Parts: sequence; structure tokens; C-alpha cells
Amino acid sequence: MSFVEYGEYIQEGDIAIVFLGRESMFPVKAQHGTQTQTKYGVIRHSSDLIGKRFGSKVNCSKGGWVYVLHPTPELWTQNLPHRTQILYSTDISMITMMLELKPGSVVCESGTGSGSLSHAIIRTIAPTGHLYTVEFHEQRAEKAAEEFREHKVAHLATVKNQDVCKEGFGVVGVADAVFLDIPSPWEAIGHAKAALKEEGKVATCS
Amino acid sequence: MEKISVDHRTIKEGNYVVLKRENVFKAVQVQIKRKVIFEKQWLHLDSVIGQLYGTSFEVAAGGTLQAPKPNPEKNPKETKEAGMDNRNIVDDGRSQKLTRDDIETLKEQGLKGQEIVQQLIENSSTFRDKTEFAQEKYIKKKKKKYDNTITVLKPSTRILALMYHGREPGKICHLRYDTLAQMLTLGNVHAGSKIIVFDTCAGLVLGAVMERMGGYGSVIQMYPGGEPVRAATDNFGFPEHFYKTLHEFPLCKVNLLLDGTLSLDKDKKETVSAVDESNGAMSKAPQDSVQKMGEEVEGEKDSAQASPEVDTMEVTSELPEDKEKEERAARRENKAPVVYILQALEKKVKQEEKRKKHLEAAALLQGRNADGLVIAGRFHPTPLVLSLLKFVAPSRPFVIYCQHKEPLIECHTKLRERGGVIGLQLSETWLRHYQVLPNRTHPMLLMSGGGGYILSGITVAMDTATSSGPQKTEEPAPKRQKLQDTES
Repeated sequence: MSFVEYGEYIQEGDIAIVFLGRESMFPVKAQHGTQTQTKYGVIRHSSDLIGKRFGSKVNCSKGGWVYVLHPTPELWTQNLPHRTQILYSTDISMITMMLELKPGSVVCESGTGSGSLSHAIIRTIAPTGHLYTVEFHEQRAEKAAEEFREHKVAHLATVKNQDVCKEGFGVVGVADAVFLDIPSPWEAIGHAKAALKEEGKVATCS
Repeated sequence: MEKISVDHRTIKEGNYVVLKRENVFKAVQVQIKRKVIFEKQWLHLDSVIGQLYGTSFEVAAGGTLQAPKPNPEKNPKETKEAGMDNRNIVDDGRSQKLTRDDIETLKEQGLKGQEIVQQLIENSSTFRDKTEFAQEKYIKKKKKKYDNTITVLKPSTRILALMYHGREPGKICHLRYDTLAQMLTLGNVHAGSKIIVFDTCAGLVLGAVMERMGGYGSVIQMYPGGEPVRAATDNFGFPEHFYKTLHEFPLCKVNLLLDGTLSLDKDKKETVSAVDESNGAMSKAPQDSVQKMGEEVEGEKDSAQASPEVDTMEVTSELPEDKEKEERAARRENKAPVVYILQALEKKVKQEEKRKKHLEAAALLQGRNADGLVIAGRFHPTPLVLSLLKFVAPSRPFVIYCQHKEPLIECHTKLRERGGVIGLQLSETWLRHYQVLPNRTHPMLLMSGGGGYILSGITVAMDTATSSGPQKTEEPAPKRQKLQDTES
């Protein structure tokens, strides 16, 4: 599994979404020997998760059951740990279409925040595109990079810890699209232009 | 690397482009010496070849598009004389001194749009009484009418969806472009997956899906009737290799495929009856040739071209009575026998190709492991979803679009009864445009009320045995409604 490629069976290290109900889902990392508590009982990874097909029903110790789902950026957006306010799939859809993102697009984004939009962009531009994302908060930048690694998409994203208004995106003339979600986007416009190819699109949100 | 990127951005002959004037779009194909009509003008697109996408052109007399002059001088911002408000401006229809004929004369003299607007301003008695904002608005309005600039754009989902929604919404079941955007995301359409698409929106949804797949993975289009409709898909101007990932399969054969009784072997009756539409010649003897052809064609495609010709020719020469029948049939259809045979052969070859395509699609569907399902059309979605979902693997998203919500409500209920789906969600998005100008930013007063509805969900493993006792229900058990006959 990865966020850009479907897998059929859960393997060690995979992320799966445990589904108890529409308002009750959470992500879990499959690891041998680990257990996850749910209100229906315990899920033992080694016997209940690893090797199971995504989408199966898993019975928990107290007699109830849950579904385990393959992660998608949309499910991730609904279940990720918030470090900041995030963008939800409705807005993400519009952004993706209006910026004309597709496989091979190169995108610059700031700020990374909790990575909600980042995951959606990575999914759309895979396997040949790239996302350059800038976050000025050190811990958030690190957490984002760590998540990309866990979700097996690190080869498609570069996280930079700097202030986009002062230092820009760190790349010049390569982007098809730039997205700004920062308090003062006008301060980053010059850098956006530098990062864009001769022709490209810019979108911002507030 | 630079060369390639410039190449992508240059307009070439045969490319599909989208012409834009103000907010009106039209998709056309660039062909030399071919006229196209757009916004009540006939245009030649020849001069567009070699220019970059996104360039704006002036329409010169005769309909040729002229490349723009480098950097036309912007309106010098002279201190315009302007009023404070409109209390003294009376609209008596007489403030413009130029008559319609005067303007026509100016146009014929070849004045550019910019210059005509300038003339209008000078001949307007109330212009300098207007406020600054009102003056800008006036200029903008006149420009819109007299400025003859056309921009040539590269097609994309965004542009084509905007175009179809503005121009021919009926063809796309009134799918608004933001709803289309939602569908692509909710369906997790991305490179490398295998998506089943049912699209009666002229192929726009299919094109959007293909664009997001980038030529990787595969798309299987299910179609009603005889042929898939792909008018909008062509307008995207996809490169050749994208079409290798596109397959099609007829809806009428879906049940057979599900039952496992689908046979796509050479159906003798099928071919022969298609060949002689009425009651015709090629009855007995050609059956042998058809069979022979069938066997040979199982192998390579090239021989298909050669062998039928050889076989049928042999047959016709060997059996005089059939030859007579053919001649009669040919005469009936008012064609020379040779032409009749050749046309019949063409038909056979086309059918062969069709059969092969269906075989490929069936092979892809057979595994019942598609990664997603997208339905958008004017057919009632319920029966479609119930049968097509069988081809989708568990833990994969599906999206259904419908112009009205009632069919989707019924669909929702039926899916609940079927089980094997979670996270069912019926949604509608609103889209509001804003005017953004200094001191004048506000929402536009008109908002589109109908953009359609989407039902989405995720498949899960079907329950094999009925679940036991203390099951929590994610949602309360569906009310068994007495469904009235809503089959339309």
C-alpha cells in the first residue's frame, strides 16, 4: 500500500484506517506484536490485520467488529492528527481542478500545516510529478516529512523548513502551480513568480 | 529539457484547442485552410500554428487571427475628470453622440477595439460626470462589446468543464464544474488505478478521469447502445498512448459477464446477419469462410486483413449460385457486387476489432478488482450501480452523479439493503463567484442553483454469513419504505 498506489493485503508497516462508523474512524500502523484498543475490543495486529485484505471485517475480542480500509488522501484528511486548521476535501477538489493538477505536475505549496492538502496533491501528481512544500514551523515540517515517509510518498515530496515570504520555495522556474495558504500571501507573490515556469497558475486561500 | 517544454506549449496543426473570448469558450481542432465559426465570426486558424498556447490574437478583417504586437501601450492613467455620484446624471438615451451607423463606419475603417472605445468615450456627454468606478465599468462594458481579442488555450478539464457548462449543459446532464471536481477527488482517481466509468455526459467525465490518470493504469468505459460517445473526450487532445489505456464494454453484455456465460467467440449468426442486412446472399458458403477467418484471426491481426478477402473471393468464384445471390443482393442495394463485397468485408473487419476490444475489457473486468467506479449520466443509477459494483474490489471508492437527488435517494436505500458499502454520502456543492476589485470586492449576485448531486461511498467485503447478535449499527437500520414504482 501507499497513498499513491493501491495494495490488496495489509503488510507490516502499512497504514490502515479502522472504521467503526462514519464519525468514528482512526488510522493505525500495522505492526507485528502490537495491539489496538477499540470500544469493541482488542485488535491484535499479527492475527487480525497483517495478511488481511483491505476492506475486510475484523472481529474484535468483545464480539463487535470493525472494517479496515485502505488509506486514501480523503480518508486521511478526515482522520489525520490536526496540528493546524486543515483544508477539507471539498476545497481540495476545487484547488486541484483549477490549478489543472495531473500526473507530472510540479507544485509548490506553503504552508504545509498538517499535510491535508499535501497528501491530496501528491496523489494527483504521482508518479512523475513533485511537490515542494514549505513550512516555517520546525516541528510541523519534521512531522510532515515523517508522515510522507511512512505513507511511502517521500520520493514525491520535498519539505523545506523556511519562511516562504523571505526565502521563497527554494526552487526556481520549475513549478506548474503554486498554492499559498498563509496569513499574508501577498508577501510571497514575488517568490511564487520565481518558482513558476514561464507559464503557471497560482491559487491562494484564506 | 527546455525544448520539450516549449514544444508542449506550441500550437501545432491538428491540435485540439479552446478558443476564448471574454467568458465564451469553444473547442475546435486546428486545421489549415479550414474556417471555424466562433462568436458570430468566421475565423482562419492558420496563423495560430507555431504560437504559444495562451496567446491572444486580434481578429483582422477577413477572419485571420493576427499575432499580437509586443506590449500594446496601456491606457495612460491621466487624471480623469470624474464626478462624485450620479444624482445629476439623467439617462435619456441621448448621451452618446455617435450613431450606430457611425460606429459601423469606424469598424469598417479598421479601427481597433481599443480605438473605438476611445471614440465612444469622447463622444459621451455624461462620461466625465460618472464616478471613477462607473467610468471603469463603462470602459469594461464597451471593451467587451468591441474588443475583438481571441485567446487560444490548451484544453484541460477545467476549461472544457467550464465550456460545456456554459454552452451546452444539457449534453452533460447539467454537471457543474465544481461537482465534477468533487467526483474526481471522492473517487480517488489517480495514475495507476483501474477505473470503471459510465458516462453519458458526452465523454466529458471520461476525459476528466483520463486526464487524472495521466496515461497510467486503465479506464474501462461501459456504454449503453451500440457505440460509446466520446465527443468531449476528443476535445481534450490526449496523446495517442492515452488511448491505449482506454477500453470499452457494452452494458448489454454485463449480465452475461457476471454469470460467466459470456462468449465472445466468433458468433457465426452475428457476423453473417450483419453482413446481409435484409435477406441476402452470403448465407451457406460464407459460413465456412467466416469460420476459417475466425480461426486465423485468433492469431495475429494482420492476417485478418488478408485472409477474409482471400477466403471470400475464393468462395464467390467457386460457388456460382451464391455469386448469383450476391449479385441479386448487390443489385437490390444498388451497388456493384464488388463494392458490396468490399463493404461487407470492411464491416467484418470492424466487427473483429470491436470483438477484440470487448475481449480485452472483459479480461480486465473479469478479475472483479477494479479500483473505482464513476457513474454520470441520464440513466437511473440504481440498476447500474448494483450490477457494476460487483466488478469493484473491496475498500475502493465509488461516485455516482445525478442531476436530481431523488434517484440517488433511492440508490442510497438500495445500497444499504445490499450491504457491502460504507460511508454513503449524498452531497451537493454550492459555487459562488466573487468580483475582486479594490474597494469593490463582493459576491456576484447570481449563483447557479443546480449543479447536480453526488452519492459516494466505499466498498467493503460483502457479508457472507448473516452477522450475529449484538452488532452495533453504524447508522440506524434502513427503514423499509414501501417503494412506489419509480421506475422511469
